[in-house]
Formats: sequence, C-alpha cells, structure tokens
Amino acid sequence: MSPREPRPTVPVTIDGQEVMAVEDETILSLARRVGVDIPTLCYLEGLSVYGGCRLCVVEVNGDARLKLACATPVWADMEVRTDTWDLREHRRRIIELLFAEGSHICATCVSNGACELQDLAATNRVDHIHYDLGFAPNLPLEPVDASHPRYVLDRDRCVRCSRCVRVCAEVEGAAVWEIAERGGNSRLVAEMDVPWGEASSCTSCGKCVLVCPTGALSFKGSAIGEMRHDPEVVAFLARAREEEEWLDRSAGSGSASEVRS
Amino acid sequence: MHDIHVIDPVTRIEGHAKITLHLDDQGEVADARFHVTEFRGFEEFCRGRPLAEMPALTARTCGICPVSHLLASAKAGDAILGVPAPPAAQRQRRLANLGQIVQSHALSFFHLSAPDLLLGMDADPATRDVFGLMQAEPEIVRRGIGLRRYGQEVIEAVTGRRIHGHGIVVGGVTDPLTSDQRDGLRAGLDEALAAAEATVELSFGLLDRFAAEVEIFGRFPSLYLAHCAPDGTWEHHDGTLRVIDGDGAIVVDQFDPAAYRDVLGEAASPDSYLKVPYWKEAVSDGDPATGMYRVGPLARINVAERFGTPLADAGLAALRDRVGRIASSSFLYHHARVLEVLASLEHIAMLLDDPVLLDEHVRAHAAPNRRRGVGASEAPRGTLFHDYEVDAHGVVTAVNLVIATGQNELAMNRTIRDIARAYVTGPELTDGILNRIEAGIRAYDPCLSCSTHALGQMPMVVGLIDPRGETVDERHRG
Ligand code: SF4
Ligand code: FES
Repeated sequence: MSPREPRPTVPVTIDGQEVMAVEDETILSLARRVGVDIPTLCYLEGLSVYGGCRLCVVEVNGDARLKLACATPVWADMEVRTDTWDLREHRRRIIELLFAEGSHICATCVSNGACELQDLAATNRVDHIHYDLGFAPNLPLEPVDASHPRYVLDRDRCVRCSRCVRVCAEVEGAAVWEIAERGGNSRLVAEMDVPWGEASSCTSCGKCVLVCPTGALSFKGSAIGEMRHDPEVVAFLARAREEEEWLDRSAGSGSASEVRS
Repeated sequence: MHDIHVIDPVTRIEGHAKITLHLDDQGEVADARFHVTEFRGFEEFCRGRPLAEMPALTARTCGICPVSHLLASAKAGDAILGVPAPPAAQRQRRLANLGQIVQSHALSFFHLSAPDLLLGMDADPATRDVFGLMQAEPEIVRRGIGLRRYGQEVIEAVTGRRIHGHGIVVGGVTDPLTSDQRDGLRAGLDEALAAAEATVELSFGLLDRFAAEVEIFGRFPSLYLAHCAPDGTWEHHDGTLRVIDGDGAIVVDQFDPAAYRDVLGEAASPDSYLKVPYWKEAVSDGDPATGMYRVGPLARINVAERFGTPLADAGLAALRDRVGRIASSSFLYHHARVLEVLASLEHIAMLLDDPVLLDEHVRAHAAPNRRRGVGASEAPRGTLFHDYEVDAHGVVTAVNLVIATGQNELAMNRTIRDIARAYVTGPELTDGILNRIEAGIRAYDPCLSCSTHALGQMPMVVGLIDPRGETVDERHRG
C-alpha cells in the first residue's frame, strides 16, 4: 500500500446498522465494506460511475426520491435503507424490463449459468415478465455481428450497461465502443457504427468481452452455456496500476496474471 | 384415391397424434395419413446464429432426442471448420450415441410399448400403462428402468449435467473423460448386459403371441437406409450410408451422407409441417409415396450383415432364422430395438477398453473453412442429417434438417392403412381400431411429444373420411 493520509470518517446508518463511513465514499462502497448487499449492473469496480441501470437505488432519510448507491457520496448522519418492499418492487420491475427488451432466452445463450442478468433475476425473484416482450422469442431483432475474428457481439442480449464502452476507453485507451441513439433505440456501436471486424481502433484485447454481464459479448466458438466472463479483471488492473504492482520485482514475477493468482 | 381431407383445424390439438383414414366408394380404407404438426419454424430459429451455438440450440429446440441433434450438428460444424474432431472426442461422441440408443430404445420398448405387448392391446386402458405393467410384471419393468438409467449414465459421462457447456461441441467435446468416469460405466455394464439379454429372449416370445400383428403391422417391401460399415458391420455414427431394397439387394453402398440431396427428395406436404423425404430414383408417376424407404432400427439391422459383437449377433441370427434375412414387418422394429440395445452395450464395453477414449486432447479449434457442411448420425429413430450454410464469419444462413420421423412418414402412412384395412369393418371407429393404430405408430417410435407420453395412452385424434370428404366418424382420445 502506498502511504496516504487517513481520510476523515462520518457516522452513517445503513439498514439500521450504525457504521463509520469514509468521507466521500459512495453508499455502494460503504455497503460493500460492511457486508450489505445492493444489486448493481452497470457499476463495475475500476471503471467510472455510469449510473445507467438504476438497480442500485436506495432510500435516504425516508426521501421518496430514490438515490443511486453507486453515484451518491455519503454524508454525516445519513440514514440509508436498501431493502424496503418498494425498493424490491422497483428493482424487479427494472429487471423485468431488461428481459422484455431483448432476446434473453437463457437456455440457448452462450452465457447461460454465468450471466449477471440471470443472477439478478434469481436473487430478486423475478420469475415472470409482466410486460409485453419487445421481440419474438428466438427471432433476432438485429443480426449478430461476428465480423471480428475472435469475438462475437449479439446486440439482442445487450443491456446497454456501457461497461464495455468504459473499459475500452478508460482501461485499454482504445475507445472503440459507444452507445448510439437514445432510450429504447440505443445500441452499442463500434466506431462510427462499422462492423466490429472493421474497427481499426480495436486492439483485440478482449477486455470488453470479459466485463460484459450478459451473453452480448462472447468469445467466438463458444458453445451454448460455455461462455465465462471475468469482470473482476478491471478492479485488478486498476489496483495494479495505482499501486504500480508490476514494477515490484520483489514479488518475484513480471507477469500481471501471475501477480493476480 | 380421393381428395385428401385434413381433420378440421379446430380439432388440431398440439401434442396429439392426428390420423385420417380415407374410405373409397366401397367403404374400404383407401389411404391413411399421419399428420405431423410439430417442428415448426426450426430453420427460422437457427438462421443468424453463430455456428458454435448450433449443437445445443438444435438439441434444445428439438428436445426428444437431444444427443442425436448434438452429434449431427457438431459433425456438420466440424465439416464447416474443415477439421476432424480429435480421436478421443470421436470416441466420446460414439459413446454418447450408444448411450442414447440404449436409453431411448429402453424407453420405447419398456415404457411405451411393453404395456401393449405384454398386457395385450385390448387390456383395460386404465391399467394398460407402465404402472399397470409394474403390477403385473415388476421384474421386467425394473429391467427397463435399469437399462434406461445405464444409458443415461453413459450419456452424462460425455455431455454432463454440468452447466458449463454441453459436452458435445463443434470441433469435438468440451472435457476429457476421466478414468473414474470410465470405471463407473464399467461397473454398471454387467447388469445392463444381463437385462438386455433377458429382454432379447422376452422379445422372441412375442413373435408367437403377435403372429397376426407381424403380418398386419406394416409388412411390405421397401427400401432401407442406414449407416453401415463398408464390410457390412452395423454402424451408428460415422462413415457412409448403405441402401438396400426389399429383397436385401444393395442399391447404393458407401454413399457419402453429405451428398444426400442427390438421392433424397423432400416433398412438402400440405397437411404436415414435416417435409417428407423420398428416394428419388424409386419414384414413379411423380408420386413421392412410391419413393418410400424406412430408417431406424429395422433399417439398420436389415442393411447390416452383422452387429460385430457376439451376443447381439447370436440374437440377430435367431431372428433371421424366424423371419428371413430381411425383417420386413414394422412390428419387428421392436425386436430390432431390443437387439440394438444389446449390441450397443457390447460396443460400449469395447469402447471403454480403448485407451484413446481417455486422451486429453478433445477439441479442435478452427475458423470456418467451408461455406457448407453436412453432419449425419444414426439417431435411435433413424438417420439424422443436419445441413448448414454459413457466411464468411461463421454465422448460419441456411439450415436443413432431415429427421428420422419424417423419413418414416410414408411407411407409417402405409402401416396405418394396412392396419385400418384389417380392422375397420364399418363406419365406426372402435377402441380396438384405435388401440391398434396407436400400436402401429408406436412401432416406429416417432419423435413427437404426443408419442412419448410415457404415462398411458397416446393422445390421438382419428378421423374416418368418406369419398366426398365428409367425416363419418371422429374419435378423440387423451
Ligand atoms: S455489450 Fe455487454 S458490456 Fe457492452 S453495453 Fe452491452 S451488455 Fe454492457
Ligand atoms: S449500478 Fe448504480 S445505476 Fe447501475
């Protein structure tokens, strides 16, 4: 650890538990530190905060206007509730809308068994979609982009979390991805909406594939149920850069993956 | 033959077998139709998907024999990659197919057909099911359950219950087989073999009891199509096809299944969602029905000269002593199934002794090197073809599946007609007629969800149609 001034702390109540929060940290980071589980989708440790999915909403001081745990810093004497009936309903509705919007047929998806959307549905007890489906089951809305030699993009499985956009811009520094258009029409595009394989800025590093929460980005050649992502790689890289871990020869290794394991 | 009349659409019930019997002016049954209303939009589901998704996608969508689709699809994928799966993967796939044949045939014989065969076709329908059989013949039912379980264990060793992938993939399989898994399969083999031998014996007893049915249930000459080794040994997964005629003469041999379109035509049928394949060369007067051929267990034992294993070959010789070199009655599908269970177990034993089976190199990786690929395999019910075309990036652009039940449809129609001719004596559809039609269909073990209702009768709608197209009688069941 690099030496730093200890930051001041403030008292916060979270789900009835009185804890000391570090000033300026977000509600989410506090919650994770003290073992309170708040569901998230677009948030990923090591990337900038996007605040797009709204799954992380919490109640602060009984205010009807909900706050995003991933984007709201704590303040002294704040009272946070993360698990009210309203919040649970709200999250369930968001998850249902995500399912209604795309082609999320788990049984025929490469990420079956390793999908954050699927996990969210399970942990939030979503077993039914109350909205009209925006697609005919098994019929594509948009063609699969398999033009990249190593990876595949299936936009019908994309939840527009923008993790891939951010990891590419902020960690790899290539900025291949962008979310174009708005609302229901928004879609992930490579560069100026070219086939991925023609995006000359893509370094083929594969980080976007590792952080994708669903089966939208996958390794080419993955069979159904075979895809495994590794979103934690970003937190590892961020930490390693900050701490300049790979310069530490005393660790006895020069390779990031070895340090990591 | 008069116009074909479909049972009114309102009486089309999903999951029901639909049959129409067409009478001529003399009130005799002129023709019969088995309407297949499943398998809709299959091609649509697959178009636009990456090639690697196809094995599990087709297996999930057509769920009655998933292993067969995994295998044929993976082989079509291999053909598009242009690389063979590694030797260990090929052995694992063969193992899975043998397991699938054991479990599927055990289900067909013990759970679905044995109530008819052992309790009698006119037994009280309330107890003419696997539960009634359990009361009457617990030992036999236990044998069936044991065989089915063993087949499933073999399949699971390869495809796994694991969430991680589906075992059988384009390029090979996902995981090496461990020596523990092999030893586990070896441990159950003796009991399974004993059960299979006892079942072969049981099936010979049925030949006397059902002498009339052997004559009536689809006894007609036809072509037979199946995989077969060049030396005439029974084959279930690799290599080439052999076609013989009703007398056993070879029509074509060592035929590459990838060229199936050269020899098979596919007729679209107005009253069926399934295309009806026919043997082009045999067609006369432009009527696809004249190109009828049979696939599946009966075809395989007719096409092959031997199983290549001692116990099954003894059983095959005994059957040929009774019925001749060519088993031409579709009733004998049951016997062929029982013999194939025994042969599959013997082949499993040989595979388990093959050291290559445990080799750790099980998957070939390659980008697509061909635009089209055909994979064929012997599903329990008959030869299965998967035919894909892909674009430059390996996304599927066209799919054609030729499935066993479709290939047998013409023979099934003929079988139902023969049964109806023998048993329909007036303008009324009796229980006896329905029971026998059901048993006739079951002989083919069609892969329709209605036919695999394990717990009792097949849900059916049977219509009797007069020459003016009027429905004289219609019976619903189930
Ligand atoms: S492709 Fe994956 S990571 Fe990128 S926005 Fe869509 S769901 Fe998120
Ligand atoms: S995790 Fe906070 S808005 Fe997505």
